[in-house]
Amino acid sequence: MRVGSPATSGGRKMAEDGREESVVSDDDSDYLGADGSLSNTMVEEGCTLLRRMEICVAEAEKRSGKNAVNMQETFTVYLIETRPMDAVAEGRNPAPDSLWRRYSEFELLRSNLVVTYPYIVVPPLPEKRAEFVWHKLSADNMDPDFVERRRVGLENFLLRVASHPVLSNDKILHHFLTEENGWKEVVYETGFQAKADSRLRALSATFRVRNTDKRFMDMKRYSDELQSHTSQLLRARARVADRLYGVFKVHGNYGRVFSEWSAIEKEMGDGLQSAGHHMDAYAASIDDILEEEEHYADQLKEYLFYAEALRAVCRKHELTQFELEVATQDLISKKQQREELATGIVRTFSFKGMTNKLFGQEAPEQREARLKLLEELIAEGEEAVKEKTAECEEHVERAWVDIQRFEEQKDKDLQEALINYAVMQINMCKKGIQVWSNAKECFLKM
Amino acid sequence: MSVGAPRGLASSGQKPIAEILHPLSAAEEPLSPGPDVTVNVGGDKEAVLTNGTPVETSSPTSASSLFNRLQLDDDLEADARDPYASMETRDLFVTVDDPKKHVSTMETYITYRVSTKTTRIEFDLPEYSVRRRYQDFDWLRIKLEDSQPTHLIPPLPEKFVMKGVVDRFSEEFVETRMKALDKFLKRVADHPVLSFNPHLNAFLSAKDLNKRQGLALLTKVGESVKHVAGGYKLRARPAEFCAMGEYLDTFSQKLGTIDRIAQRIIKEQSEYLTELREYGTVYSSWAGSEEELRRPLEGVAGCVTTCCSSLEEQSENMSQDFLPVLREYILYIESMKNVLRKRDQSQAEYEGRLEAAVLRKQEDRTPMPVEVEKCQDKVECFNADLKADWERWQSNKRQDFKQLLTGMADKNINYYEKVRWLLCVITLHAAKTWALNIFGKILLSCDH
Repeated sequence: MRVGSPATSGGRKMAEDGREESVVSDDDSDYLGADGSLSNTMVEEGCTLLRRMEICVAEAEKRSGKNAVNMQETFTVYLIETRPMDAVAEGRNPAPDSLWRRYSEFELLRSNLVVTYPYIVVPPLPEKRAEFVWHKLSADNMDPDFVERRRVGLENFLLRVASHPVLSNDKILHHFLTEENGWKEVVYETGFQAKADSRLRALSATFRVRNTDKRFMDMKRYSDELQSHTSQLLRARARVADRLYGVFKVHGNYGRVFSEWSAIEKEMGDGLQSAGHHMDAYAASIDDILEEEEHYADQLKEYLFYAEALRAVCRKHELTQFELEVATQDLISKKQQREELATGIVRTFSFKGMTNKLFGQEAPEQREARLKLLEELIAEGEEAVKEKTAECEEHVERAWVDIQRFEEQKDKDLQEALINYAVMQINMCKKGIQVWSNAKECFLKM
Repeated sequence: MSVGAPRGLASSGQKPIAEILHPLSAAEEPLSPGPDVTVNVGGDKEAVLTNGTPVETSSPTSASSLFNRLQLDDDLEADARDPYASMETRDLFVTVDDPKKHVSTMETYITYRVSTKTTRIEFDLPEYSVRRRYQDFDWLRIKLEDSQPTHLIPPLPEKFVMKGVVDRFSEEFVETRMKALDKFLKRVADHPVLSFNPHLNAFLSAKDLNKRQGLALLTKVGESVKHVAGGYKLRARPAEFCAMGEYLDTFSQKLGTIDRIAQRIIKEQSEYLTELREYGTVYSSWAGSEEELRRPLEGVAGCVTTCCSSLEEQSENMSQDFLPVLREYILYIESMKNVLRKRDQSQAEYEGRLEAAVLRKQEDRTPMPVEVEKCQDKVECFNADLKADWERWQSNKRQDFKQLLTGMADKNINYYEKVRWLLCVITLHAAKTWALNIFGKILLSCDH
């Protein structure tokens, strides 16, 4: 399926799996820089990076080093392995290229993508710190379970980015995956941080913008709801997990007391003893059950953070729209000033008008000079309005395409997550039935 | 079905146990409860509470559970060892059901219907139906204790309840108490000696129980006075009774622990339930803002809700069926320990008298006084009765706990089955309308 260029309307969703044939006739190099004139924005074809390259985050390791303020710190690095896809397809099994990255570098990559593609709902990173923990789960970033789940999350992030029709062609991304050293410098050199929209500007736009696209406003409201619901759900789930843990563990006490009781019984002894073992097993089973449920929680968390990314795109719309309105208003007022100057009729109050009244009309030469300046400003202003209009329209078009892609992806992913969760619960029930049936067998033999 | 003529009341007392024939041992052939007898009140008839809800009156000694027992217990050998476990020769069936509230100017109380079916000639009629209140059961128990001091009398449920804490007239309380009273009466009716006690007869058949409560109180007082006045010191308790005492102590302790664990589980489950309900509502409210996802989210919400009500049911069962039986056994153990103490007392008395008599004999050559011989007989009887009752009690205890614990396991299994079934239904439905590649995965999970 071809994705139409974003300039055309009706761009549809992008299939994310590798079922289509690769159309790019580039060499196997990991850069898409063959033609050098890569624009970091549009791609014509539905050929994503993921189809040309196998990516995985294979391992995690602890490192020590000196940080920015020259203090010793411990941090975790993750091994990114890449392999050209056609080598794999041909049956050759070359050793993967690999490099190590730490979480902060992932953050840098993502920030770069967000600034560079403000019309894309950029996939989120796994959480920086463990949140929504239920009591047993460690909130420590160094905890091996947390590190492992983060590794999976980072891999998921890369896979999502690399299979995105737009993001997968990003040069910085390619660098990230292939050049260990010097990558950070390259990123900073782009000066993207300066291009980032200031919080204040964005906030101001939200309040003062007048004519926003209704679809984006609805989407923004939806992103708030999505965020609220997923975070509520995560919190409730953690509390439920906590309580369920308690219920299971108390059953372990049965194990002990049955064992003690069996010591004073004759015929009942064996049955009681065995039943006690099953109670112990029951109590122990909750650990695995809850560990597995963390995977579901991670899927929910991804969409919690995705909601933020979605909102960012909507806010960008507000911003571009606002800037357009500002530029338009500015142009109008300048044109009005020109008219006033030209006709001498003062329609609106102006300081100049006042001073004219008080001190008399200015000299014709001055007026001429001012008119000329105004004309220049107006010409600039018209350029600006044209630019802003284009920017705004472009953003709306591209963003809407990606938002629809995102919606379909979200529906599919969350349905799958819910079904998997239900399957998990079914398995838990099966385990429960098994354990209690075993215990019942033992009781019957008493 | 007719029974061979029993040899008259078997009563404990002076005769050693070997000489007392089993009242039904003269029966020619083993009797199994025939079809007409199975229509006894204990088995199939559904008793109802005052508000019409059915009451389950199954206890290990009712006829229907008899058959259950036969199915459960492959080891009939063990029961055959018990000389009193002649299930086929049972001829006295009792049931307690149908609680009713009585309001009078003086007081409000509950009465229960006590139904009897019997072929024994000690009873004038084959069937009786009378109404009794807790006081009456208490009277019966005291009478039994007084007249059969060497036997283990089953316990009654707690007499006093804290007025403010427990509602004496709530459905749950009444039902729990009724089940315990039913069990008490069945145990007495099953007992080869106690069941022939005239007080039991009166209890089951008399229109108005002429309790002469004052006298009973006196007797009780007299008993305790006797104990205090006895003051004999026990020399050597036979090993088997020591073992019994130790067993009872440990067993009582373990039951107490199980009671605490069960209560803790109920508490934890209730807290889990609270959180689970909240959890379900979050899914519901999320569903409201989604389109494609609305159905699956509502599905999960619905499942969580059903899960909650199933769990609630299960917790209630624990409270109403499991805990009362535990507590009743703890009471049973207490009353047994009392009997053991009484046995110790009578042995001490005998030893004391014997010693005194021996001394006197040495002095003035008087023959062994009759009292001493009576004491000796008493002790021997006591020991024999106790041993027999002990075996019986052990056997019943085994059945009771087997039933109790398998019941607990069943409740849990039912809960998980219910939830699993519901989840399968929802998941399969969701899968049908969406991802068919997941369908296979789910089929695998739903499969047994």
